[in-house]
Amino acid sequence: MSRFGWNWLGVVPFFAFAALFLMLPTMNIVIGAFQNPEGHFTLANLAGLSSPRIVSSFAISIKISLASAILGCLIGFAIAAAVVMGGLPGWVRGPLMTFSGVASNFAGVPLAFAFIATLGRVGLVTMLLRQWFGINIYAMGFNLLSFWGLTLTYLFFQIPLMILIITPALEGLKREWREAAEVLGASTGQYWRMVALPILFPSLLGTFALLFANSFGAVATAYALTGSSLSIVPIMLFAQIRGDVLQDPHLGYAMAFGMIVITGLANLAYVIMRSRAERWMR
Amino acid sequence: MRKFWSWGAIIIGALYFLLPLIGTLEFSLRMRRGEYSLDAYRSVLADPNFRATFGYSVGMALATIVLGVLIVVPTAYWVRLRLPRLRPVIEFITLLPLVIPAIVVVFGYIRLYNTSSILPLTGTASGTNLLLLCGYATLALPYMYRAVDTGLSTLDVRTLTEAAQSLGAGWVRIIGNLILPNVLGAVMSGAFLSFAIVIGEFTMAALLNRPAFGPYMQLLGANRAYEPAALAVIAFAATWGCMGLMQLISRIAGVRKTAK
Repeated sequence: MSRFGWNWLGVVPFFAFAALFLMLPTMNIVIGAFQNPEGHFTLANLAGLSSPRIVSSFAISIKISLASAILGCLIGFAIAAAVVMGGLPGWVRGPLMTFSGVASNFAGVPLAFAFIATLGRVGLVTMLLRQWFGINIYAMGFNLLSFWGLTLTYLFFQIPLMILIITPALEGLKREWREAAEVLGASTGQYWRMVALPILFPSLLGTFALLFANSFGAVATAYALTGSSLSIVPIMLFAQIRGDVLQDPHLGYAMAFGMIVITGLANLAYVIMRSRAERWMR
Repeated sequence: MRKFWSWGAIIIGALYFLLPLIGTLEFSLRMRRGEYSLDAYRSVLADPNFRATFGYSVGMALATIVLGVLIVVPTAYWVRLRLPRLRPVIEFITLLPLVIPAIVVVFGYIRLYNTSSILPLTGTASGTNLLLLCGYATLALPYMYRAVDTGLSTLDVRTLTEAAQSLGAGWVRIIGNLILPNVLGAVMSGAFLSFAIVIGEFTMAALLNRPAFGPYMQLLGANRAYEPAALAVIAFAATWGCMGLMQLISRIAGVRKTAK
């Protein structure tokens, strides 16, 4: 008892903090999602999520998160692969990683401003395209305050995050594997399809899940960019917390619960895939 | 051929990332009709609300760093020294803020600490400030813990502690005068990341109704044309500064470690 008994006291402050400001508030929302206004257990709130307005907000949120995660993975992978194995000079890597560190943290309100100044109605790129090439992207149906506009904006932090995570994985591909494949007569395409991609697959899928969760929970960028004109889940929840737009507080808790479930599943996928990926990285 | 595609990928990537930055910079200079000027910056810097909210957020960021260090350093140290079995649990908890969206956490705060609860923090301005501070420390927890834990892994915690104890040092002295200076590089990198996160944070501050920089920027963006671009340039420079200092410090710390 004397050896072990008092050691736990040292972690009490941490657990108290985590309980008060992380677990209890979250639990409170989760419990609220299963209660009616009188405090009794009910599944009616979750059933209420099936109203067309909420379903469509989840649908568009998931679509934007999927699109920005897929494109973020593909483009980030292409850039990382170009740097690691594309025969580029070595000095490219340092600045790219530094820039990725900065850009993956440059989210929120200023990012929205940057894209409005660039691709908004009087933004630099919009104007230059019109003056130099006579292309009016807004007349062609482009709108920054839309699905593609938001996806394009989210890519600004999604691609760098992908580069930061996947570059070490690409560097972990051993030269011997490629040489062994070539000795056995494999083409470059066969090497990628049958050796490199299967090894990288858990990393790729895991990072994809992380990017998905990353954009699913983002509020500030979307809010500053679109106001409340595009009703994705975080924006609707924001409006609900501010002014109870759903006219049912417990439906708000159910929505928040839905968000936790989705980001939770995505992160679970990331953790599982990561531990599988690490098997090859010794 | 491979080189051609590689350069292609890099150049397209660079275009995508540089154009918004150039576009923002150009837009921020356009306030005066027909010529480039710094009017937008002048207008932003002269706005008393800018100074007030920026000052508030800087203060919040510094307080977040102090609170984060106070929570994380003793915990990470103690777990390594005495409770290694708890490490996975602590690590899991520190990852939770990445899983639970900030908007849900702050929703919980509003419900749990409202004026009719046992702990009515949202009833007063100072109580709400405290709540926001704790929220920020929660957001920074994953980065702070990771940084400090990595820093601690390079030390022989047990031997250092025993040496200090045999010289008669108490716990506060061991953590303050021995452990903290040894993981200072790691703490600093966690601190700069926390600073970058807190300085422009929008969701928590807006929903708790605090006069922070994030909500100010959003409000300005809804009402003005050129000033937001100037703010975005300032914010990007601040993020760049934080990350640059972070890398510099970790490089210096790394050099010192290898030199030993």
